[in-house]
Amino acid sequence: MSWLARNWPHILDLVRQHLELAGVPLLAGLLLSVPLGWLANRSVAARGLLLSVSGVLYTIPSLALLVVLPAVIGTKILNPVNVMVALTVYTIALLVRSVTDALGSVPTHVVSAADAMGFRPLRRFLTVELPLAVPVVVAGLRVAAVSNISLVSVGALIGVGGLGELFTDGFQLQFLTPIVVGIVGSVLLALLADAVLLVAGRALTPWERGARRAG
Amino acid sequence: MRAVLGELIGWFGDPAHWTGPTGVPQRLLEHLGYTALALACALVIALPIGALVGHTGRGGFLLVGLANGLRALPTLGLLTVVVLLAGVGLLPPIAALTVLAVPPVLAGTYAGVRAVDPAVVDAARGMGMREHQVLLRVELPNALPIIFGGVRSAALQIVATATVAAYVAMGGLGRYVIDGLAQLDYPQVLAGAVLVAALAVVLDAAFAGVQRVVSPAGARRSRRGRAGRVSAVRATEPGGTPG
Amino acid sequence: MIEFRAATKRFDDGTVAVNELTLTVEPGGITMFVGPSGCGKTTSLRMVNRMVEPTSGTVLVGGRDVRESPRAVLRRGIGYVIQQTGLFPHRTVLDNIATVPLLSGWPRRRARGRAAELLDLVGLPAELGRRYPAQLSGGQQQRVGVARALAADPPVLLMDEPFSAVDPVVRADLQDELLRLQQELDKTILFVTHDIDEAIKLGDRVAVFRTGGVLAQYDEPAALLGRPADDFVASFVGRDRGYRALGFLPAKGVPVGEVATVRLGGSVAAARDALRDGWAVVVDEARRPVGWVSASRLSGVDGEAAVSDELVESGGSLYEVDSPGGRAGSLRGALDAALSSPSARGVAVDADGAVVGSVTAHDVLRALADARQAGEVPS
Ligand SMILES: Nc1ncnc2c1ncn2[C@@H]1O[C@H](COP(=O)(O)OP(=O)(O)OP(=O)(O)O)[C@@H](O)[C@H]1O
Ligand SMILES: [Mg+2]
Repeated sequence: MSWLARNWPHILDLVRQHLELAGVPLLAGLLLSVPLGWLANRSVAARGLLLSVSGVLYTIPSLALLVVLPAVIGTKILNPVNVMVALTVYTIALLVRSVTDALGSVPTHVVSAADAMGFRPLRRFLTVELPLAVPVVVAGLRVAAVSNISLVSVGALIGVGGLGELFTDGFQLQFLTPIVVGIVGSVLLALLADAVLLVAGRALTPWERGARRAG
Repeated sequence: MRAVLGELIGWFGDPAHWTGPTGVPQRLLEHLGYTALALACALVIALPIGALVGHTGRGGFLLVGLANGLRALPTLGLLTVVVLLAGVGLLPPIAALTVLAVPPVLAGTYAGVRAVDPAVVDAARGMGMREHQVLLRVELPNALPIIFGGVRSAALQIVATATVAAYVAMGGLGRYVIDGLAQLDYPQVLAGAVLVAALAVVLDAAFAGVQRVVSPAGARRSRRGRAGRVSAVRATEPGGTPG
Repeated sequence: MIEFRAATKRFDDGTVAVNELTLTVEPGGITMFVGPSGCGKTTSLRMVNRMVEPTSGTVLVGGRDVRESPRAVLRRGIGYVIQQTGLFPHRTVLDNIATVPLLSGWPRRRARGRAAELLDLVGLPAELGRRYPAQLSGGQQQRVGVARALAADPPVLLMDEPFSAVDPVVRADLQDELLRLQQELDKTILFVTHDIDEAIKLGDRVAVFRTGGVLAQYDEPAALLGRPADDFVASFVGRDRGYRALGFLPAKGVPVGEVATVRLGGSVAAARDALRDGWAVVVDEARRPVGWVSASRLSGVDGEAAVSDELVESGGSLYEVDSPGGRAGSLRGALDAALSSPSARGVAVDADGAVVGSVTAHDVLRALADARQAGEVPS
């Protein structure tokens, strides 16, 4: 307890760093996945390519990706950008599938009705298809958020790990307290992010609530 | 980039890296050994529980919640805490790997058994199968593709976490990465990463192949919906995340 | 054979699905459970093989309380067919059919042999045995479901809306097939449906349920149509029940009059001479009816020409004076033949399908009036 009190400012700093390392990739991944998912829904070839590339990227272990990135993008190995890029890659790999599935499951009669009323393609995508895809995309986003937050810690092995630094510090000092604080903090952040996304998703899709009640 | 590539090729070309207790074959075998051991432990624990909960339908809510919660657990934190508490040696880290592999197998088995057409299960009972026969002869064979999706996620999770486990003094391919980082020997770091990535991709492809084979012929040829469900479960499965 | 004694089922949520059901099903014959959705038909059926346990009351099969036998053993002796077929997707058709024999410990060879026999019995070609259920059509899957239920030769068969998921043509086929099988096997069949026409077509006896799991009437189909117990049954049995009831009255009092016939391919001149009241039945070499020719059709056609298909008007339904089917020769058959014929005369045929004469609606109605007077019509 006293350790916690003494190190409180440091821990808050780590939490802030942790959130940044996990949150920026989540946002970047989402912004990139939407056009990619749209593309995958337009052409069969793009779909096959995108889904198999994301499948392969998704299987690459995090530590391996983290240490390979500097060689690929030319950063220094201790640069926090490596962690962000790696997590962005995972986020995209997961969300491209979610967005593709979500857009693919928008009923064709809805899309045709929008066409019949004179929507241009871009506007139809932004105001009809995308909103209807929100529930499935949010489900993917929740998985990505939780996994990002737990993965950030691995970055501690290359010196950039948010709360993960408590694990390496504690391990080197053979001192349990910081490790436990780090685990609890990380899990709490993950659950919090999950809850926030759940609520945000509900708020964005008021029509789903009616359907849920009726169903 | 080109310089790095040259160094990497140089590392792989050095015969010293292919023999002895720190050579690639030995490290690869260690890595596979950990994976097999932890996966076996996870199967022994998770298969019966998942099957039973799926069959009875009782405790499903708890099981799914538990599996989801475990996904939030940071792997490095788990490894360090287990080793600090239980000491170095093979067992503590294997136990930690097992803990991380249990949720996907559990969730896959549960989801697979629940996904079997209730009319089929009803007919099985109606013809006079006993409960264990319903589970073993009808539910599990039909759940196999989804169960296997869970096993596949678990295996990848273990391969990834076993790499991180080099930090707590385990062998395996992660050693190259961790030792390379400590010695500021970037080619060695990179070689380790490439080996791990290749292992994961090859293993995943092998699992995908087996998964296709274990799908009962009847299910394989039926409507597309079923195959779709398998991949959907995989993507959203607890633990189906890179470790 | 099957006896419900004040059987009641109240589910945990308080729903009373079956309320004090008392009913005896005699051995042999098909007994239909019919009623609106949610009236407890399925629940009643499932009490027989203990898929549902009654809250109170008892169910007996063959004079024994079903609770005396262990569930699994009881069920192996009772065939069970459901609407969704419930075929095992991971097993071939043959192995699906062999399920109960294998469960009962038959050697694999013998079980497979038996399964092959059954495949033939339900009218499926042997090569379908190696397929998986997903590779069959809905109607074929349903036949496999019936074969699987019959595999261990159980005396009792429970069927829960087995034919409701297939299209009307296939359904009619499956119904005819079931009647044929039943003649051959003489099982005690309990059959659930929500389709009153199916109930009347297949049933030797019909139990009508009302919502809340109460038995409204249990009777033979003719009696159900002729004397519905109350307004609920009357409205459930539906429109045209007076007409459909004629299907259960023999047409023995209906006189079969003469009818003119001409050969298909004979000369138009000869046909003109043969017409009676301006009409004649066109027949083939075996005197089976092909249709009608009329004076107006033949007028203006060269007398030397042959009576060809173009000159023939299609006929109505046929009235089978006697047939092996047993249900032919009813007042309904005679009346429908007369009403559907372009000449207003119904064509009567014998068991071989050859024309033997004609009937008129007027004659049918008079026969009905006579039967009523003689007290032969339930009213
Ligand atoms: N397991 C259950 N728990 C609670 N209520 C049930 C259960 N099974 C059936 N019921 C209720 O019992 C009533 C009778 O159901 P049952 O399935 O026997 O009807 P049914 O006559 O077969 O209807 P249908 O023609 O729709 O198949 C319904 O109101 C139903 O909702
Ligand atoms: Mg029913």
